[in-house]
Amino acid sequence: MKRTFPKHYPTSINAVVVSRAERDLPVQSYIPEVVRGVGVSMKHFFINLRDMLQQNRPDPVTERLDPGISTISYPEQKRPYPDRFRGLHRLTTRADGSPRCVACFCCSTACPAQCIFIEAGEYADGDKRRGYEKYPVKFVIDELRCIFCGFCVEACPCDAIRMDTGMHAVPYDSRDQFIYPKDTLLKFTDRAGKTQTENPRHEPGDASHPGVNREHPHY
Amino acid sequence: MLTGSLVLWTIVKIAIIVGFVFNLAGVLTWVDRRQSAMIQDRVGPNRAVVKIGPLELRLAGLLHTLADGVKFFFKEDFRPPKADRLLFGLAPMLALAPVVILLAAVPFGDTVCPGSLWRVLTLDGLEKTIFPAVGRYGVCSGEVGSAVGPIDLQVAPLSVGILFVFAIAGQGIIAAAIAGVSSDNKFSLLGALRASSQMVSYEVTLGMSLIGAMMIYGSVRLDDMARWQGENAWGIFVQPVAFFLFFTAAVAESKRIPFDLPEAESELVSGYFTEYSGMKFGMFYLSEYMEIVTSSMLVVAVFLGGWQLPFLHRDGLTLEFGDTVLLHQDIAHIWMTVFGVVAFFGKVALLCWIQAFIRWSLPRFRYDQLMKLCWKVLLPLSLANIMITGVVMLALDKAGTGAAAMLKTLGHVSQATVAVGLAYALVRLVVWFVGSRDPQRWIVGSAATRADKAGGTKTTAMQA
Repeated sequence: MKRTFPKHYPTSINAVVVSRAERDLPVQSYIPEVVRGVGVSMKHFFINLRDMLQQNRPDPVTERLDPGISTISYPEQKRPYPDRFRGLHRLTTRADGSPRCVACFCCSTACPAQCIFIEAGEYADGDKRRGYEKYPVKFVIDELRCIFCGFCVEACPCDAIRMDTGMHAVPYDSRDQFIYPKDTLLKFTDRAGKTQTENPRHEPGDASHPGVNREHPHY
Repeated sequence: MLTGSLVLWTIVKIAIIVGFVFNLAGVLTWVDRRQSAMIQDRVGPNRAVVKIGPLELRLAGLLHTLADGVKFFFKEDFRPPKADRLLFGLAPMLALAPVVILLAAVPFGDTVCPGSLWRVLTLDGLEKTIFPAVGRYGVCSGEVGSAVGPIDLQVAPLSVGILFVFAIAGQGIIAAAIAGVSSDNKFSLLGALRASSQMVSYEVTLGMSLIGAMMIYGSVRLDDMARWQGENAWGIFVQPVAFFLFFTAAVAESKRIPFDLPEAESELVSGYFTEYSGMKFGMFYLSEYMEIVTSSMLVVAVFLGGWQLPFLHRDGLTLEFGDTVLLHQDIAHIWMTVFGVVAFFGKVALLCWIQAFIRWSLPRFRYDQLMKLCWKVLLPLSLANIMITGVVMLALDKAGTGAAAMLKTLGHVSQATVAVGLAYALVRLVVWFVGSRDPQRWIVGSAATRADKAGGTKTTAMQA
């Protein structure tokens, strides 16, 4: 029968020559190799046994390259999330505790999963923000639909929505528990425990308020 | 004659050896899980917990074995509709029974002289208990004041010895075959075929490799073999090839990796006991682990000196090389008996532990390789071993007294080698365990920085 494939594969310049084990007598007789294999097993066994007896296992995060067991026993131990981890959303607050959100719909428009529902409302008569801003009567995020892309945070012009809580989505029993209303989102804090941000909010009427106001000549 | 105290002694002996094997088999299931985890840098099962008030007992995962036993008892005992009712129920019993029965011929200690364990003397009107030593040669010769006579520390001191063990151990094949045939399952049938052909093949090597040892020891009784090894040299030194052959065949007989073709999970679900559940499966499972213990017992009795420790004889410690005695110290008979039993069971446990390492280190053979290894490698080697042993024995017989004296010295050197080797290994191990790990910290990335700030990821004490 004619050979379809060449017996020796053509070698290219960047081919890596893998050295095969010599099939000499020690290898073929199998016994030295068995002893070596068992020796490797024993090395791991004794390292881990000593760590276990001394209650001195390598830390799974800070000493993760050490030989030994690097298991994180999850509910008791947790790997800290990195600083830029996108966790559950939170709604940041102003100094008076009300949401910074102005119900502009930028986040819900940007959201590819369409998981944000906002119902906008006017401030009451006499409120200094009336006519300048709206506020969210309802602000609901369906965390089951959310794909944690972070587009809502990027889209927000007021720094009102953030994903810096450091919390991952918790498993619940039923789907409606994953629908977070405004009050829940307002209660979440960043990892330092704060609900506000370092970025100051300029209220209408403040000297630093960048926008137009009613005393503006064009008004 | 079975007198009352003899019956009592027999019951005690049965309790000791059967209790040891059952418990070690249970512990071995834990060893298999936990040791495999530690070989592979995992934590292993440690979650089974018993809560006594505020106390949480986990015992490093030992309770999983207990939980397994409870599960086996309460699981549904399922039988396939078209399975053979009688044979399906009979197979697990047939698997377990021979392993227990063959323990009858395994000696776990030197012969006890009940009259010499302790004596009560009256000296100057004072009663005093002494623990005498017995003579090195002649079993309980010159013993006075004993109603029972010498007690062999084996359940049945049979004159056929190891032949009985082989005859009974061979019955395990029937269990595998019956289990496979009666299950009405293709995988079970294939597993049974593989199991029976593998076990029949390896049993030949198992027996043949021992013939050289039997020729040297001049007996088929396991206690005589152990006694010869104590006086001369351990079997692993006089029959090194036979040791490897026998050990390999014994591992193959217990159907474990690298010889686990009969229950190959990737191909046959779990071989001949695929259809079994509940305690019937538990009996197969337990008998597999008990086979490890019994095969280790045979290896210890034939090749690792049985209950003997280097330079320790019936009368105590005798440090000797050839005809020169460097040191002699009488040790009480009762202590020597305890040493012997502990040494035997310790050696068995050590060998089981090494078998667990072999199971977790080696890949499985292909079936043709398995058969080739047995019929084309192990069997010819064991036959050659018989021939060479015979020729060497004959030559040494003709060589005269000079060779005999040299052999005696060599035997003592081998005992010294064992003693020094064991002591060295023990010291190395202790030094190793006293030392501590040299931690290398890698604080790379914000997650590690956060963990480092919190004082490490270990929030609670590490569970064993």
